[in-house]
Amino acid sequence: MSQFQDLIAYFEDSGLAESIRENDVLFPLIESAHVVAICLVVGSILVLDLRLLGLASIHRPVSRLTAAVLPVTWGAFAVAATSGFLLFISNATKYLENGYFVAKILLICAAGVNMIIFHGISAKDLPQWEKEPMPPLRARLAGVLSILLWIAVVACGRWIGFTMRELEQ
Amino acid sequence: MDAALSEFSKWLAATSLSHTIQTVGWIIPALQTIHILSVAVVFSSAVLVDFRIWRLFERDVPLPQVTRRFLPTIWPVLLILLLTGSLLIIGEPRRSLLNATFYLKMALLVVAILLTAALQASIASSPAFWEKDQSRRTAGKVPANILAKILATASILVWCGILFAGRWIAYTQAG
Repeated sequence: MSQFQDLIAYFEDSGLAESIRENDVLFPLIESAHVVAICLVVGSILVLDLRLLGLASIHRPVSRLTAAVLPVTWGAFAVAATSGFLLFISNATKYLENGYFVAKILLICAAGVNMIIFHGISAKDLPQWEKEPMPPLRARLAGVLSILLWIAVVACGRWIGFTMRELEQ
Repeated sequence: MDAALSEFSKWLAATSLSHTIQTVGWIIPALQTIHILSVAVVFSSAVLVDFRIWRLFERDVPLPQVTRRFLPTIWPVLLILLLTGSLLIIGEPRRSLLNATFYLKMALLVVAILLTAALQASIASSPAFWEKDQSRRTAGKVPANILAKILATASILVWCGILFAGRWIAYTQAG
């Protein structure tokens, strides 16, 4: 654990973290990029979730929709993760003490696990049903779970701002 | 103008609805969460169509079909944004009404709405114009293609501007 704390301290004491902390424009600028990226992550994943629920894009085969949407999702996720990391190191110790921050990270991991389980187990017989407007129950469950997890991620993100008042609003 | 807005903000802040929003701690973050989730839907819908115009997304699907799937969603969700945004203003009137960034955001929103409505109508009524010249490089056909990409790029930039301005309201609010 102390190695982890050393690593956190290393980032938090870096010149980059100090610039983000001290500069009036840098923090809001990175935060804005973070919001744009998260909106695209959540919105593009919602496209897939609604397809899995049989509610939208029902005439598109699931695999082709996934192939079209996921590059957008991953590109946006890379920006969201990078900007999120920069915001985090500006005040790492305080963020780690914030329950909403920890919950947000865990919820993102849970969304990732949900995706891996769906791809690994539930979707093995994807070719048999992917052209059906209404996917099987396990796919619909993965879709609902994904929507709920991402709503919770966004909610935690907003609550971080209200519990770290001196930094953001 | 500023004095009138200041008076109006004072009046708004004194209403019982504003008082409730101010004093019940979870209301503002909850409204902001719904607001951001709605922004995610509107922004992603617009940007995916813009990416399609750039042929970076679903290029195997005709543009009018992509547009019909994504753009109509924007309009009802804008009503949720109007509602949550209005409640946020009622809760903290001075934060927005006395803040130049808020008016910049609204101006950009008007541009984005006009641009999106124009794209939706134009792609529906003259799909040939938007799909023209994707493979052939006839000199006369290039301008249409370029115009489409310029409008798509403008749409992406204006929507990003709205999101940036939205976040910036928190940092430029009157004391």
